[in-house]
Amino acid sequence: MNCLMCGVGGQGTVLASRLIADGVMRRGEPVLTAETIGMAQRGGCVVSHVRSGYDVCSPLIPMGQADTIIAFEPGEAARCVPYLKSGATVVVNTKGVMPVTASLGQGYRAEDMLDYLRNLPDIRLLEVDGAALCAACGSSKVLNVVLLTAAAVLGALPIDVDELRRAILERTKPAFHAVNLKAMELTTCALKEARP
Amino acid sequence: MREFLMGNQAIARGAWDAGVNVVCGYPGTPSTEILETVAKQNDGRVYVEWSVNEKAALELAAGAAYAGARALVTMKQVGLNVAADPLMSLAYVGVKGGLVIVAADDPGPISSQTEQDTRQFARFCKIPVFDPQSPQEAYDMVGDAFTLSERIGSPVLLRPTTRVCHGCAVVACADTPKEHAPEGFVRDPARWVIFPRSSYLNHLKIEKRNPELGAEFSRYARNRLSGGGRIGLAAGGVSRAYLKEALRGYEPSVRLLEVATPFPFPEALAETFLRSVDEVWVYEELDPVIERELVTLCGKLHLMIDIHGKLDGSCAQAGENSVEGAAALLGQCLPAYAPPPLPQRPQPPALAVRPPVLCAGCPHRASFYAVKRALHGRKYVACGDIGCYTLGNAMPLDMVDTCLCMGADVTMAQGLRRAEPDRLAVAFIGDSTFFASGITGVINAVYNETDLLLIVLDNSTTAMTGHQPHPGTGITMMGHRKPGLSIEAVLTAVGVGHVATVNPLSLTEAVQAVRDAADLTGVRAVVFRSPCIAVAKGTGTFVVTDRCIHCRKCVTELGCPAIAAQGGEVVIEPSLCFGCGLCAQVCPVKAIERGEVEA
Repeated sequence: MNCLMCGVGGQGTVLASRLIADGVMRRGEPVLTAETIGMAQRGGCVVSHVRSGYDVCSPLIPMGQADTIIAFEPGEAARCVPYLKSGATVVVNTKGVMPVTASLGQGYRAEDMLDYLRNLPDIRLLEVDGAALCAACGSSKVLNVVLLTAAAVLGALPIDVDELRRAILERTKPAFHAVNLKAMELTTCALKEARP
Repeated sequence: MREFLMGNQAIARGAWDAGVNVVCGYPGTPSTEILETVAKQNDGRVYVEWSVNEKAALELAAGAAYAGARALVTMKQVGLNVAADPLMSLAYVGVKGGLVIVAADDPGPISSQTEQDTRQFARFCKIPVFDPQSPQEAYDMVGDAFTLSERIGSPVLLRPTTRVCHGCAVVACADTPKEHAPEGFVRDPARWVIFPRSSYLNHLKIEKRNPELGAEFSRYARNRLSGGGRIGLAAGGVSRAYLKEALRGYEPSVRLLEVATPFPFPEALAETFLRSVDEVWVYEELDPVIERELVTLCGKLHLMIDIHGKLDGSCAQAGENSVEGAAALLGQCLPAYAPPPLPQRPQPPALAVRPPVLCAGCPHRASFYAVKRALHGRKYVACGDIGCYTLGNAMPLDMVDTCLCMGADVTMAQGLRRAEPDRLAVAFIGDSTFFASGITGVINAVYNETDLLLIVLDNSTTAMTGHQPHPGTGITMMGHRKPGLSIEAVLTAVGVGHVATVNPLSLTEAVQAVRDAADLTGVRAVVFRSPCIAVAKGTGTFVVTDRCIHCRKCVTELGCPAIAAQGGEVVIEPSLCFGCGLCAQVCPVKAIERGEVEA
């Protein structure tokens, strides 16, 4: 299974990919990740690849082979669409991050990017109001847990919700356990309300 | 024991399990986490340090290895250029304890100035190099490299690339680390003092040794031949993984040569390969190292075989390889090859360009802005350097005219000044870069009486590579804390006449400090001191009030990623704002105010 996390440097994609990989490894299955570390982490486009299964060699997901994209930003989801296979799932945070270049020039509308995603014929799209859920948790740092939980509830990750919870408890600092678990709970509730 | 490790952690673990005694290096993407991993798990058994630069690190490691210690040196590929002087000589003198140099290459390049290939460096200095394709191989090869280094008495290179360094995988590690006790330095001037005569003799020995090593590498399990048929494929490093994935289902129809030790080249194995095929396609990143070896070997063996790769344009000459690139190559060489079809979808709307930028609250933004304001109307050139502050080149700051390599800002500014005496030469250097290779350039300017305005951007950390300590912080990788070296004291000691220190976030004073220094002659310096936001605590956030007149000055002058302008509205994104307050000082109508403090 191939999962791609994408977003803007600083949004927490690296930890998200580690949590998935941790869950897969705990089951004893092979897993590979590749992460963006370095200059692009300063507000550039970042992607993390997570690949599980026995037939995987390359740490990078080939084009057209991603089962899931977890997008921390709508424009970055649109950028990564060529990675998706037909029938794949896209979990996208609806809030855009305005690039400095756009503030200086043409402007940028996250809604245009979401419209593009909504009109793709061969994917399953889940829009997540990450900002609202983060606000409800009182921390902007839980966006990664919110998006991962949404994907896990949809069955779009190689791990289920319980495995995700275990990975969070073992891979994140105890000081953040409460807020992360709250983020999981609120996200699960929000999804149930949206799709009973 | 099986653990989920990043390639760099696997290398660290490999060295640890091989009983390494000394680990040193200089931070550089993609190599940095190797040394950090050793430091993190260190119980005091290993000596770990960030050296001031790669040359210092390699010389320190050489000293340790002369005394019989096992030493690991880490750096990025361009760091090896800095360490080239000791390395070339060390290759002749050799070592007693194992010395493994990890130089991480960066195809793309993703976070580097060059796409240089350390495999070429190995050939240039005539020492063996291991080229891993995965974290597991990287782990295993560190141990192999230490064993080889000690057996042949030579430093050995390990050359991982970004996707190996920053890829994570489950790695099988040893349950208990080996122990290695250095026997101590044994005086032997004929061995340890390099002289022309001894270098001549050592050169002969090295040229005799390397073909023997190549023959031995032909039996090394990680250099291997597989598959069948008359079409040959050859690959090295992580390109092996890309090729194997693209080859799925077609394995029996091609003969695959995997090269894990590009120098000394495993010629006997390659000969077996060449004699079994009619045509060869080579897939490798950076330089056509394997390809050239095979072309040479065909000449030596009088084999009439076409070799395709970078040299004949069959593969891209620059940039990273990928599964898609491997598939394209297979499409050229296997008539029946069909890559998995790509779904056809509508084109997305114009995608936002997102070049990396200085973080919201970054003190460098304030420093560049202060210099820009202070020198407005003057004719000047702004020489930049390597670090986060290279990003001062981005619009709208646009304050970096040159950037070449570590420390070059100080010295290049002097050349620009000599060629164009009526232009003010301004050099921007970060704190870590100053200690790594800036001081020599400052002494050069003082000695030669060159007019130079030096701006030191001291954010109290090596920020770009992930916040490593340096001499100015006084923190060591062995956990010791003491007062850091004073940049001002160093500048004064080497004869810089005027040294001012100012907080760049106090805009008025910062501008004045630059104006005052610019009006002087000789070498004068302004030290901008304010910590990186990653090592400091935020001070709340700022908000745009309704007094805003929509002039967009905060946007068009600063380029802060926390300030977004959409239509006429300017909004500060609270989750990004660090509270530096620079925008509030720039606002002509004082419409930006400190907001509520987030809990």
